[in-house]
Amino acid sequence: MAIFSDGATGHSDRSAGDRKRHHELLEDAIRRNLGDIIAEENIIGQSSTKKFKIPIKGVKEYQFIYAHSGGAASGTGKEKKGHTVGKAAASGQKQPGLGSVGNQPDEDVYETEITMDEIVNYLFDDLKLPAMDRNKYGLIETERQFKYAGYQRKGIPPRLAKKRTVVEKLKREQSLKRNHENTGDDNRLPFREDDLRYRRVRTAARPCANAVVICIMDISGSMDQTKKYLARSFYFLLYQFVRWRYAKVEVVFIAHTTEAKEVSEWEFFHHGEAGGTAISSGYAKALNIINERYNPDAWNIYAFHCSDGDNWTDDNATAVGLATKLCHVCNLFGYGEISLNQSYTATIRREFESNLAASNFVIAVINKQDDVWPAFKQILDRQAVGEAHP
Amino acid sequence: MTGYTIAELGDWNKKLEALAAKNGLNYYDQHFELCDYEDMLCCEAYAGMPSHYPHWSYGKAYERQKTFYKYNMVGLPYEMVINSDPCIAYLMRDNTLPLQLLTMAHVYGHNDFFKNNRLFKERTRAELTLEMFKIHANRIRGYIQDPSIGPAKVERILDAAHALRFQTDRHNSRKLLTRKELASDAATPLPESLKGDLLGFLAERAQLAAWEKDLIEIVHYESSYFMPQIETKIMNEGWASFWHYRLLQELNLPANLYLEFLQRHHMVVRPLSGHINPYCLGFKLFASLAESPDGLAKIMEVRALERDQSFLRRYLTRELCQELNLFSYTIISNSIVVKEVADETGWQTIKNALIMNVGLAAIPKINPVAVDNGTLSLEHVFDGRELELNYAKETLKYVVDLWGGRVELATTLNNRKIVIQCDTDKLVLVK
Repeated sequence: MAIFSDGATGHSDRSAGDRKRHHELLEDAIRRNLGDIIAEENIIGQSSTKKFKIPIKGVKEYQFIYAHSGGAASGTGKEKKGHTVGKAAASGQKQPGLGSVGNQPDEDVYETEITMDEIVNYLFDDLKLPAMDRNKYGLIETERQFKYAGYQRKGIPPRLAKKRTVVEKLKREQSLKRNHENTGDDNRLPFREDDLRYRRVRTAARPCANAVVICIMDISGSMDQTKKYLARSFYFLLYQFVRWRYAKVEVVFIAHTTEAKEVSEWEFFHHGEAGGTAISSGYAKALNIINERYNPDAWNIYAFHCSDGDNWTDDNATAVGLATKLCHVCNLFGYGEISLNQSYTATIRREFESNLAASNFVIAVINKQDDVWPAFKQILDRQAVGEAHP
Repeated sequence: MTGYTIAELGDWNKKLEALAAKNGLNYYDQHFELCDYEDMLCCEAYAGMPSHYPHWSYGKAYERQKTFYKYNMVGLPYEMVINSDPCIAYLMRDNTLPLQLLTMAHVYGHNDFFKNNRLFKERTRAELTLEMFKIHANRIRGYIQDPSIGPAKVERILDAAHALRFQTDRHNSRKLLTRKELASDAATPLPESLKGDLLGFLAERAQLAAWEKDLIEIVHYESSYFMPQIETKIMNEGWASFWHYRLLQELNLPANLYLEFLQRHHMVVRPLSGHINPYCLGFKLFASLAESPDGLAKIMEVRALERDQSFLRRYLTRELCQELNLFSYTIISNSIVVKEVADETGWQTIKNALIMNVGLAAIPKINPVAVDNGTLSLEHVFDGRELELNYAKETLKYVVDLWGGRVELATTLNNRKIVIQCDTDKLVLVK
């Protein structure tokens, strides 16, 4: 005779541990695939709440399986030989109904939605501006922070200082005892409004290091749509990163052809221009701005330049000279060369490689969309610079 | 519970059991446990086992199932039943009475199948099921909590062993060896007894610590426990559906309950366009067999002896193929193209295509063939169907994880023999 039991007990959540582990693996997978998202998605100029759909490749449970090439199925009776009856679906839906006693592996399709903010979080988690000199403090640059400072009798419940309140009650209890007053039948002394103490809060201003990031971009005619797009992708990452990591870092945008000018963020990411190229103009402008506004003694300066390296030959010597000067005043100077066809025409990269020997100078090459993130990491992953140039 | 009590369920059950006995069903003692939908989801994720070792894949299964359920992509199983003695089945508390009765009768069908089918009898020991799963779970938890081992190392082995969980001996030819045979086995790098059992071979011969081998053995045990269920999906569901239909007809339900039962029954056994519904196919096959003169004796014999492949090969007729509108298809650049329909000439092709895709026939077989200088050579038993290359590469990495040295897999791709190589640095080469 069958036994019926009602499992009405408050059941434990037995899959909780396994779900947590699965989530960790999912996050890992997202982290690993982010490089691809940057390569595939049009992320430039997206707002921070825009959602990206990303496929996750990481948590598949691989087994030896057959490539899906055919089989048999129920139909409607109207199928004709050679007719197409549908698309091969990646995932088979299970039918509603009675429990499954088998355990068939089926295809995983995972797609998760994350926002730009989250992407940025994952991406930049372990990156920071290298060689930041904490001694270069500023007066204006501050970080607002709440700090507890003493106690007060009035306050809001979240700031109730429990320990202090108990101490106040004990004090009252002791004084009552000393005065031989009756503390009640069962010696129980409840808290009173007077006992309550709250933490006082003041805002602390903490000075933090001054830093400025100078973005220099070549927008000349030789920088075609694709190249500009690559350069902007790079700067977009950089800009997002700086915004995310540092509350008070200033960013300066410089666009140059044969002459350079300082532009707004929007112009920098959206405008195109044409004309010849004199890389030195961009560097001169940067040095100019540093001289006027950012004294290297007080500021951490980071300069980045993206160009296809197709410079006027006459300008090369000047450019290298100014780049050397930039290296002197900057904590880090990064040069990203966008060369779509990997042509062997002489670019300024050669000049830099042979004539610019500064340990805080980094070159990265971006050939295609996939290279943007590695290049970005290569430039910022320069922890060693810190030791070399304190 | 809606509109009935456990006591009432017990009364109905008494009638059901009397009818089952009268019809000659022979089953283990039955335990029904009532649970809510969260419990059911959890149960499903852990293959119904009340006690099971932890692994993230079960957390994934749970969430996946829950998501599908939430978006109405699948219904919940009405019931979950496990092959054990006593047989344990879970019933959902929120189901209506007719659905509950259908489920209970269905469970007796499964229970009878577990107890009488040859594969289950030969390969599983139902009286030990619960205890074995519990012991294994405790042992693995022990390894996880052992400070010298820890969760990460356990997960590494389990991930790899799970990837190879179907690469075990399919014919249950593992016999107890004599002392002499054991001695000669120990001397050879690849003993005869392990040639069809990649996972078993790794558990015995890979360069692993004792606890790591134990983990593989546990996965191996679980595979052999589930193997009969994989091999008899269509029969098992067909048998259970056949009996819930027959028992409930004999139960003399009041008209309103009977009507709902019929409706539910047709939902369960309806053909799914573009798929093979094992409930439907199995039900139709058993029902047609039962119509023959001494039908009952015949189907009892069939349920005891066959597995899905032989079941379809012997009893799937042209008439049934036509009734179910079966067709076979090939996939040409992502489109499903009809190859044959169930007519005079086509139905045999369809039947063969179906047989190729049920039970373990749907899973490629990879065997160890040689060990040479630390390199393990594997061979895909090629029957015209190619491996999914990307999956094969990734899975090969898991073999390397366990084996601890270079692994090579020989297979055929685009009519060309190829070898996929994987080194300990996880670089995969195809040549």
